Amino acid sequence: MKRATLTIASLIASAGLAVGAEVAPLDVTFEDGAVAQSLSGAAGDAANGRKVVSTKGLGNCVSCHAISEMADDVPFHGEVGPILDGVADRWSEAELRGIVANAKMTYDGTIMPAFYKTTGYIRPGDAYTGKAAKSDPLPPLLSAQQVEDVVAYLMTLKEE
Amino acid sequence: MERNPLKPLTATALGLVMAAGMAAADENAELVINGDIEIVTRTAAPEHMEYIDEIRSGWTFRSDDTQAFQMDDFDNPGMIFVDAAQEVWDTADGAAGKSCADCHGAPEEGMAGVRAVYPKWNEAAGEVRTLEMQVNDCRENRMEAEPWKWDSGDMVNMTALISVQSRGLPVSVAIDGPAAETWAKGKEIYYTRYGQLELSCANCHEDNYDNLIRADHLSQGQINGFPTYRLKNAKLNSTHARFKGCIRDTRAETFSPGSPEFVALELYVASRGNGLSVEGPSVRN
Repeated sequence: MKRATLTIASLIASAGLAVGAEVAPLDVTFEDGAVAQSLSGAAGDAANGRKVVSTKGLGNCVSCHAISEMADDVPFHGEVGPILDGVADRWSEAELRGIVANAKMTYDGTIMPAFYKTTGYIRPGDAYTGKAAKSDPLPPLLSAQQVEDVVAYLMTLKEE
Repeated sequence: MERNPLKPLTATALGLVMAAGMAAADENAELVINGDIEIVTRTAAPEHMEYIDEIRSGWTFRSDDTQAFQMDDFDNPGMIFVDAAQEVWDTADGAAGKSCADCHGAPEEGMAGVRAVYPKWNEAAGEVRTLEMQVNDCRENRMEAEPWKWDSGDMVNMTALISVQSRGLPVSVAIDGPAAETWAKGKEIYYTRYGQLELSCANCHEDNYDNLIRADHLSQGQINGFPTYRLKNAKLNSTHARFKGCIRDTRAETFSPGSPEFVALELYVASRGNGLSVEGPSVRN
């Protein structure tokens, strides 16, 4: 995870792009649940976000949320969370970023896991091994750029 | 269908289930085993439950094909393991040279009604005990034999044999008196959000039962059907092994089978099924 982050950071640096630095999970600022600035400092890639949303080993958002747009190529959408069709009509980019990063800042007590959070857990484990976590803080469930990619994808889900 | 533990049967069974795909569960089907044992799969929730009105056996959430496996013991792959345990029941083991049968007689006599009231407070030991703990107490102190590991085949098979003797009887575990403290501890665990996914038992099995999570149809997490023959691993599974799997899937450091935490959780979860019939060994996917 770290190496990937560094690589991205150095790529950005060497490209000389005028983008901000990555915001570490512990440094994210929420305002009424929303996060105004890009966590990675770069724009999101909606195509990659679609992959993160639909892939079991990544975000696996479809585990709980149905999305009509991907009904044909991604099987078994869940029904634990709200359907995401038109989600960009209902939320701003900053609000969606905040919900993906830590939905509990928007909905107190929600079942939705926080995808960009690394501490404050009860009996944190080492991924899905059932064994104790090897580090504190933990690696976040999604990287800063993956969160941005998911947000970029969600922003394409418009109905109006 | 033949009662046969060989792999081809399992493969066939799996194939059938997969071919059936997402066949919807018939939630109003009634379960009568062998055309004889009537099973209560839906009933009013016990008084102590605050958020659920009707409790439902996991059987009601499964597909027609999976449900059918449990309607006749010749189709229930879990019964093979009950037969294996019957042999062990009758066989002496340990320095005392005793078998289960020497003290308890036939299981249908000595074990009738036992599963329905466990976990149960043991006055002499001063603790709440599960069936597994009681079996090992017998093995160590009466038979002078080595205790079985919680998740060993011998142990889970024996709990299935014991469970069969209570099939159709209502689960009726005591939660008051000396068991109250353990029960309260189990309840606290049930509502604790473990791991990096911050999920409690309640998040899925109380707040979201009947919803799909990806391809899984979430049940109420009842344990009246344990031990359970799972088509996905083709063996009997203990309650604690299932607990362990669930907590692992929250990206948490899980508890171990046989731990005080899981004993307490077993008592609490069992009490959420008070009124459903004992089903073990049930069949699930």
